[in-house]
Amino acid sequence: MEKILFLACTQEDGVLPKAALETLTAAADLAAAVQAPLAVGLIGENVQAAADAIAACGAQEFCAVTGEDFASSRYASDAAAAEALVRKTSATLVLAPALSRLAKALPGVALRLDGRIETHVCAVDGALNIQRWYYRQRMIATLTRSQRPWFLLIDPGVFKPWEGQAASVMVEPVAVTLPESARRTRFVGFEAPPADAQTIRPEAELLFVAGAGWTKKQADGQPHVKVAEKLIHDFITKAKASLGSSKSLVDQTSEGGEVISLLSHLNQVGQTGATPRHPKGLATCCHGEEPHTVGWRFINKRRAVNLDANCGWAIGKADVLYVADAFQVVAKVNELLGD
Amino acid sequence: MSTGFHIVVCGSLVPDPLQTLAPVQGPAGPALKNELMLPAVLDPFAAHSLYEAANLAKKAPGSKIWLVSLGNKAKLQQLMMTVAQKVPFELVPLDGPASGFTDSFEVAAALAGAIDKIPNLDRSRLLLFGGCASASRDAGVTMQMVGERLGILDQFLAVDELKVEENGSLRFLERIEGGRYQVSVCSGPPAMVAWATGNLPEPPNNPQIGMQNMRAIMPALQKAQPAPVATSGITFASVTLPAQQRQTRIVKDASVEEIAKEIVAWIKE
Ligand SMILES: Cc1cc2nc3c(=O)[nH]c(=O)nc-3n(C[C@H](O)[C@H](O)[C@H](O)COP(=O)(O)OP(=O)(O)OC[C@H]3O[C@@H](n4cnc5c(N)ncnc54)[C@H](O)[C@@H]3O)c2cc1C
Repeated sequence: MEKILFLACTQEDGVLPKAALETLTAAADLAAAVQAPLAVGLIGENVQAAADAIAACGAQEFCAVTGEDFASSRYASDAAAAEALVRKTSATLVLAPALSRLAKALPGVALRLDGRIETHVCAVDGALNIQRWYYRQRMIATLTRSQRPWFLLIDPGVFKPWEGQAASVMVEPVAVTLPESARRTRFVGFEAPPADAQTIRPEAELLFVAGAGWTKKQADGQPHVKVAEKLIHDFITKAKASLGSSKSLVDQTSEGGEVISLLSHLNQVGQTGATPRHPKGLATCCHGEEPHTVGWRFINKRRAVNLDANCGWAIGKADVLYVADAFQVVAKVNELLGD
Repeated sequence: MSTGFHIVVCGSLVPDPLQTLAPVQGPAGPALKNELMLPAVLDPFAAHSLYEAANLAKKAPGSKIWLVSLGNKAKLQQLMMTVAQKVPFELVPLDGPASGFTDSFEVAAALAGAIDKIPNLDRSRLLLFGGCASASRDAGVTMQMVGERLGILDQFLAVDELKVEENGSLRFLERIEGGRYQVSVCSGPPAMVAWATGNLPEPPNNPQIGMQNMRAIMPALQKAQPAPVATSGITFASVTLPAQQRQTRIVKDASVEEIAKEIVAWIKE
């Protein structure tokens, strides 16, 4: 008989992130499908509010590792906490959101418990078949495992966030005493661009992908990088879009020369970049062939603007390709979008 | 007192991203069609970690770098023709499959076992480097399991920057959600550092470094230990290529105005 543990960390504000609520949907659905008991395990400084918010998820058991030591992401403390929660609940299947904090901590925990782990899980069924991509979103596999405990890190954006009535729940504290050796690392803080300069917006409706064409010589024989930068900046601001980039374009930042200052490696999408999930995507001045267009594997509706009618980023992969000058098109779009 | 770091980089080969990949059913589970014929590159994130290692070693005299690679021996040898020209290191090869379908648990066991056997490795100065995810399995779990097996409790995932502070502590920037970084400070080695892209360009080929490296690499390859990692406990029901080809509507002779209007309407849908 399986036993399912939904495992998550609270955010700085004490609530569960959206991706955790999505994983809770997956965990609750799976518990119903395999008729297994569901437990909730939380890690954070104080988790009561988060537990109360998911009181109605159907879990028979709520437990948590809490306190200052567990407020922020640190491998040693998070791994100790997760290990204690899995042992406490004797879970055979552990579902957690594929967010940075548990993605870092859980592989080691799986090893400690002689379990196994699958990450980037994008589907789970009642026969315990899961789906995940291999070779950076180039092929998709359906598989199952015999070993337990089996940890599944669920990719954000796949399941609907769990919704239900809040109520007050009894959360059983699980004590974890950290040895000094687990405190060698200290959380210092976060670094983020100022809110108006933040170009990566996971919740945006639209992903705007900029390719190296924006920095290439244009019809007049000159590059117009500053113009490009302004057009891109205005577009993502007006359209409230998230900014992605091809590898060629972000690589220019480490190669010297004039660059689009909005971009860093964090913006890169594709084979060696991110594969974000957004409802829509607009690619401009991108040429990448099939292997690189994996950057928008998880974008539902896709359009592209390119001077080249045979653009490898678009043909067979986008719904619409506009053969046009992106400088002119984006300038006009910005004008139409107004303020 | 000895100074500098002992940096062990875990990284292996993956098919060149420009290649067309197709899954096939092999005797031991899924595999890539013509896997051994496909041109290979050093796994990109692991390659970044190797360049970061070299940069760090240069700044900390007395440091040394090992590259631990699990892959087909003949393919590793081919790969070394280019990789060995980049930065100085000693190769610790393990002869086994580099397939994305092997189990990270078993791969981690093989890598940790090989690291355990490196002569004169000073664990108190150890920085275990690797990529935050491979371009083959893309699981992002192997390095943590290697670290755990080696008893390293200070682990960092998706690192773009490591600074050694004056007092010897290590300051990390880790990529987290929403385009942000987490800043952490660790009192010193040992630590596991799974790199994202970092900030360094690929070093140019240097034939002199290549020749120096190859002197030790060739004998090491000849003695490479077999590492028959597999997929015990996993049953693959299927591995397929994404099938949907989109019918792309190509809009050629429309005016900028018309195109912009259509795009704006679509954004607002
Ligand atoms: C190990 C490895 C890993 C890689 N990983 C990635 C990855 O993660 N992500 C990724 O994207 N790539 C990746 N690549 C591929 C790579 O860098 C590609 O070359 C790159 O994606 C192509 O870049 P691009 O589309 O920006 O630019 P280019 O190939 O330079 O194409 C520019 C395009 O802009 C168009 N253009 C120019 N001016 C205009 C204009 N005014 N209006 C409209 N269109 C215009 C041109 O027609 C052209 O199609 C990888 C490659 C390797 C070897």
